[in-house]
Amino acid sequence: MNNWPHFRLEKRLTVPPWLEFLTLAVSLLLALVAIAVLFRVLGVNPIVAYQRIFRGAFGSLYGLTETIVKAIPLMMCGIGLSLAFRARVYNIGAEGQLLVGAICATGLALSRPGWPSWALRPAMFLVGFIGGALWALIPALLKVRFRVDETLSSLMMVYIASELVNYLVYGPWKGAKEMGFPYTDKFSPSAQLPRLLNTRIHYPTLILALVLAVLAYVLIQRTKWGFEIRVTGENPEAARYAGMNYFKTVLLVMLLSGGMAGLAGVGEVAGIHYRLRYPQGISPGYGFTAIIVTWLARLNPLLVIISALLLGGLLVGGDAIQVALGLPVATIYIFNGVILLFVLGSDLFTHYKIRLEWRRER
Amino acid sequence: MPNPSEPHLAVAMYGIVKRFPGVLANDHISFEVRAGEIHALLGENGAGKTTLMNILYGIYQPDEGVIYVKGKRATIRSPRDAIRLGIGMVHQQYRLVSTHTVAENVVLGLPVSFLFPERAARRWLEEFSQKYGLSVDPNARIWQLSAGEQQRVEIIKALCRGADILILDEPTSMLTPGEIDELLGIIRRMAAEGHTIIFITHKLDEVFAISERVTVLRQGKVVATLETAQTDKTSLARLMVGRDVIFQLEKKPAQPGEVVLRVEALHVLDDRRLPAVRGVSLTVSAGEILGIAGVAGNGQRELVEALVGLRKSQRGRVFLKGQEVTNQPPRTLIEQGVCYIPGERAMGLAPGLSVAENLILKDYCQEPFARGAFLDYAVINAHANRLVDQYSVTTPSPATPVKLLSGGNIQRVILARETCQSPTLLIAAYPTSGLDVGATEYIRQLILQQRDQGTAVLLVSEDLEEILQLSDRIAVMFEGEIMGILPAHQADLGTIGMMMAGAQRIPMSEAA
Repeated sequence: MNNWPHFRLEKRLTVPPWLEFLTLAVSLLLALVAIAVLFRVLGVNPIVAYQRIFRGAFGSLYGLTETIVKAIPLMMCGIGLSLAFRARVYNIGAEGQLLVGAICATGLALSRPGWPSWALRPAMFLVGFIGGALWALIPALLKVRFRVDETLSSLMMVYIASELVNYLVYGPWKGAKEMGFPYTDKFSPSAQLPRLLNTRIHYPTLILALVLAVLAYVLIQRTKWGFEIRVTGENPEAARYAGMNYFKTVLLVMLLSGGMAGLAGVGEVAGIHYRLRYPQGISPGYGFTAIIVTWLARLNPLLVIISALLLGGLLVGGDAIQVALGLPVATIYIFNGVILLFVLGSDLFTHYKIRLEWRRER
Repeated sequence: MPNPSEPHLAVAMYGIVKRFPGVLANDHISFEVRAGEIHALLGENGAGKTTLMNILYGIYQPDEGVIYVKGKRATIRSPRDAIRLGIGMVHQQYRLVSTHTVAENVVLGLPVSFLFPERAARRWLEEFSQKYGLSVDPNARIWQLSAGEQQRVEIIKALCRGADILILDEPTSMLTPGEIDELLGIIRRMAAEGHTIIFITHKLDEVFAISERVTVLRQGKVVATLETAQTDKTSLARLMVGRDVIFQLEKKPAQPGEVVLRVEALHVLDDRRLPAVRGVSLTVSAGEILGIAGVAGNGQRELVEALVGLRKSQRGRVFLKGQEVTNQPPRTLIEQGVCYIPGERAMGLAPGLSVAENLILKDYCQEPFARGAFLDYAVINAHANRLVDQYSVTTPSPATPVKLLSGGNIQRVILARETCQSPTLLIAAYPTSGLDVGATEYIRQLILQQRDQGTAVLLVSEDLEEILQLSDRIAVMFEGEIMGILPAHQADLGTIGMMMAGAQRIPMSEAA
């Protein structure tokens, strides 16, 4: 007679909000425990490592401002993705759309350096939005016209965008005054976004992101198009039956999520670097991290603001342990991956009751 | 107190209580099944039949109560426990891997030889085919099979796992009349071989056709357990619904007005791009019900989808009030007053959205629900409250996600949405399929009421009783063609049956 543990799953009909919050909190905590094991293996005391991360991200004014700096592109991309994911359209290519937004804004900044700032800055955001949206339009059209899975096609578009940036900064747009670095020339002052005091917070982008978060929330919850997005995500058949245009909804969410990722790219080149650089220099995977941000926020654009700050802090804290503890860059990617895994996995615990029983084997 | 350890009881459940949020699904239920009998479990949707059987099969745990299987106290924590006790269950929705073969599905999860496991399955399939008439091609892939054949695979799966107590959850709901007869034959042969059968149903005819005893559930409680031979349809119906049920609807003579729908020689392809509708012509006038009878799969679905804009037709023309609407998108047809109660209920709903939102699924973009780009939730909620009242939808609130409602109430939500604005043309496909007596009666009355208000109604149904009861004219469809259109008073079951089988064709004088 031996006893063995045995799990039973029972589907819950309703999910109380406190439970959703609790599982989210517990899953984050467990993710931290799992990563602690990794630190241990790398020969670092996990408690020290977490202290460094926390202090790096939130423990100083500088850290805090850097957290906000990193949260800006995460918010931008995440808000757009929350719209797409609501319609069950899985745009995984925000990273590429971000880069194309950066390219478009750079093109305008370099070719029209003499425009006054009141015209040039909004125009850069506009072309960045259009660029990102058009980049997302390709997988969208492939999906509605040829039923190509958008997950794959949008991801593939990331690599094309990335190589496009490489081509430009090593080739035709390579700066004359950049000593051979793969950078374009610095933007004229009228193309540079203002920053808050002596931080790197380019506040016009931040304000834009906050406004768009509210607009996206209103769009989803209170408008006809939001209703179409929600019905399509719930049941595409019902959407067709109700006379909704599935193509239109897919195009809408792809264009909006691509465009907002494009805005994030504009913010990076116009607010942080003042030039286009090699792809990893522009974005350390903001477009991918934004996927985690969006799921953490349960596809709610307002909650994206909070989860973007959380993940932004993690990026800053990651930089801190890299410097202080000599850990490889990849550590922080593993960190992100583990968190996504635990958050997605926690869905099981919100939607099912789970009992652990000791079964007696006959 | 009954004696549960009597070995002649295959299953005995006492004092079973199961609560779900806001619902008492099983309220101190006691239920006994004798070994080797066919026992019908009768009740309306939401009466707790499936819940009780899911408890017996280990899918749910009871909150209270005890279970005895073959005279021994049993704790059934999972279907695996149930299988070990010799209990098998065939669910309403089959649980098969559609791209795999019959043989592969049968051996899935069984401890047979690791290599070529289908060989074992073939042996079983042959055996069961001889013994019970359960014949299926072991090499066929599940998606190629009809609903009836898939069900046989499910039964074989249960038998291979050693089930001698077999639970069938509404096994006839997906079958054609011919398949139903075959199934009942199989069940009788299994019972004769000593199997115990629990037959969940809400159809009274089936209770009398197959069962020896019947247990009636109502609102989570056992109302009665009777010898089938000692009761009759009317008293069972009263027990099940809790009041008298009218089997004959009151129907005024039709007052047909102008022609609303005219279909001329329509041709439509199915999903596999094969001809499904082949030259159908018909008309429906305001204030009349045209019933389309026929065995499912003879082009009815494709015809209806073409008429509501969900499927493109290849040839032929469709007119609505004299205006051509051939291959117009759903939105245009909705705006012209075409309403559609779909055959698959899930199609007409966004399950996670609220009752209120589902009630405006089609009208969300029109005044007064939408003002410019925005939805006016005050109006939407008021509208929902009114319809919930008017159509007696049982829901905790209009904000409840529609997926939490029972089948009958979900159908009421769809009906409320589709009929609340007096449509020009109402297309109802299998409107009462899977619904209990009470809900069916209500829905049929509602359809008649729509007719009397001047709506043109196109009713598609497999249920001949329903077609005969409601229609003013009856069209019979066979292999994509109309075999003839008869006035209802001239129609008799024999003629319609012959036409449904394609054995008789009536010249189309009546159709024009």
